[in-house]
Amino acid sequence: MAAAAGAGRGSGPGSRAGSQAGSTGRMLAELLAAKEMVVVCGSGGTGKTTVAAALGAQVAATLGGKVLVLTVDPARRLATAMGLEQLGHSHVRVSDDALAAHRPAKRGRTAGATKHGAGGELWVAMLDTKAGWDELIERHAPDAAVRDRVLANPLYRNITGRFVNSHDYLAMEQLHELHASGRYDLVIIDTPPSRNALDLLDAPARMREFFGSRLLRWLTVPYRSRLFTFASKPFYQVADRVLGSRFLEDIAEFFVLFQTMEKGFVARAREVERLLSDEGTAFVVVTTAETAPLREARFLADALHRRGMPLGAVVLNRVLPGDIRQPSAGKAAGKLADAAADQRTVGKLAKTLAVDDPEVLAAVLARVADGFHDSAVVAAREAERRRELEAMAPLVAVVPALADDVHDLVGLARVGRELFR
Amino acid sequence: MTAPTTTPLLQRQLLFVTGKGGTGKSTVAAALAELAAARGLRTLVCEMDAKGALANAFEVGELGFAPRELRPGLFAMVMNTEDSLREYLRLFVRIPLIGRLGPLAHTFDFVADAAPGVKEILAVGKLCYEVRERHYDLVVVDAEASGHIVAQIDAPRAIRELVHVGMVREQTEWMLAILADPARTGVVVVTTPEEMPVTETVELVRSVQQSTPVDVAAVVANRMLPRWFDGAEQEVFDLVASPAAEPALAELAGAKVTTVLQAARLASARRVGAEQHLARLREQLPAGMAVVEVPEMFSRSGGRRVVSLAGEALGRVL
Repeated sequence: MAAAAGAGRGSGPGSRAGSQAGSTGRMLAELLAAKEMVVVCGSGGTGKTTVAAALGAQVAATLGGKVLVLTVDPARRLATAMGLEQLGHSHVRVSDDALAAHRPAKRGRTAGATKHGAGGELWVAMLDTKAGWDELIERHAPDAAVRDRVLANPLYRNITGRFVNSHDYLAMEQLHELHASGRYDLVIIDTPPSRNALDLLDAPARMREFFGSRLLRWLTVPYRSRLFTFASKPFYQVADRVLGSRFLEDIAEFFVLFQTMEKGFVARAREVERLLSDEGTAFVVVTTAETAPLREARFLADALHRRGMPLGAVVLNRVLPGDIRQPSAGKAAGKLADAAADQRTVGKLAKTLAVDDPEVLAAVLARVADGFHDSAVVAAREAERRRELEAMAPLVAVVPALADDVHDLVGLARVGRELFR
Repeated sequence: MTAPTTTPLLQRQLLFVTGKGGTGKSTVAAALAELAAARGLRTLVCEMDAKGALANAFEVGELGFAPRELRPGLFAMVMNTEDSLREYLRLFVRIPLIGRLGPLAHTFDFVADAAPGVKEILAVGKLCYEVRERHYDLVVVDAEASGHIVAQIDAPRAIRELVHVGMVREQTEWMLAILADPARTGVVVVTTPEEMPVTETVELVRSVQQSTPVDVAAVVANRMLPRWFDGAEQEVFDLVASPAAEPALAELAGAKVTTVLQAARLASARRVGAEQHLARLREQLPAGMAVVEVPEMFSRSGGRRVVSLAGEALGRVL
């Protein structure tokens, strides 16, 4: 990670949350222009989906090209706004009108903007784990009979929902599939909430290892032969006693079928694994300045580094405006508090502002002054954490806190512009 | 399910604290456990997903399967299904070949990984066992996040349907008796007053109620922003924060008063938004469901201090 240090340093604390003399925005635009696949990951609740969608829209609007955002679990209103009414694999194109909001108001304001601005297409799709698994089985099953038996197996649904972190694997598998299809210039994937961030990175390797593991052989033993080897005997004796033999047989039958698909699955998992360290891939880690998400972001950055997977950028989301940290602003809050405590001053101000009740005005001014300190302490903490991130990641893009959740394309455009600012 | 007959949170014996990632469920679980211990209950708090969030919340070193007494009456542990299986085999199957248990348990863990519900039941089984044996007055579980919690608490029932004979099936009976008893067991869903967490919470409460036998004891609205203005004040604030008022205020407090007003606008708007989301939460939750508010802590965003502040806030309403 040392190699990355310093690259994202701008001109120090800017006057606005998002500004580092425009350099991070340009660098982020350059990064996205150079990549074909972007994996957006990070702790739950940090705004991954919003950032993924905003990045996609911004690229399509200002850099052009055909961009797909594959999202996992968008908020209803955001999904509706993007035209994603129903679940499923279908890809939906976001209308050009909707995309227009992402274009810079003034020419040249946004890094990397083309002269015409137009030309880009934004597509969105939702990851459907169940359909994705069914497709995988269809693809890898040696014949229709095996396929049907797997799909009809009572354990199939249950097992695919859990084992070897199937959501994570499927997300990566879909990324590969979409990239390989050649339909898009850039695919941005918003990743599922994982129990552990590493599950996502290691999912393809674990899928591959699963087929080569003794586990699969263990599981399929009772189905293939009732004559257990000496070594497996104690295991099955205990397992039989605890779980009951019929359950073991059910599992075994399923895995015997599964084993027939080994070749396809393993080859594919290897390709997916390679894709994650491909030079056309970049990871974007999204975090807020809060303790737990930051810890996970640091952990992820470190894990990516160790695996030789490229960390492209960290997005620090929902940051308070940098102005709040200025001592002069704190002084202004102090003066406002003094003014609020002085009856005559408040009385005069009430007349100027045409406020009927000076007491209410005094209470409001006092509240504004008092509340400012909460904001200031949060802003100060955020600034420190931003510096920590900048020492660790090649590029830290900052998105300021918005008054409300992003739930429409206008909000998305705002986030997008901030990212590319 | 009617409100008056609901057993208060801290009078139950097993609480599963869950919620969407990022809402602060580990903090709330830690705060609940701390509060219970402070009230004299012998309390165990257990982290299920071994991410280390509980150790971070208490700012103690790594926690393990063996409960550690953090302070008198407050014990903390991290779930580990392999250790749980070992304990289970030792207690119930009474396998004499301890030497062989190592590789055996390891293989079993493999199976548990793949087979539906096995891992979950080993974890939930351990918790139920602690409750049944009355080792503690209260077991607080920093449970799986909302996406996995139903599978976790419903494991005994799922296992009973899948496994037709064997010891595990027999043992699901007493586990279910504990889990399905609203006087003993409850789920606490942690949320924040934001769109996605509220939507997910409403869905989760419905899904726990419909597909599991476990009672939803309460919803905790965490990180509730402070109220800035009431009705009349809000109108005056809108005046104060309008561009027309700026010169007069700048005269009083300097040009930087614009920054102060900007911060106030942002904070006030976020509070209004939070109130709307909270109102939707109350409206969409089943009638009578307790919603407990825990305020945003501005001083810190994690760790020991937040746990203690959250514990105090919970203590005022529980």
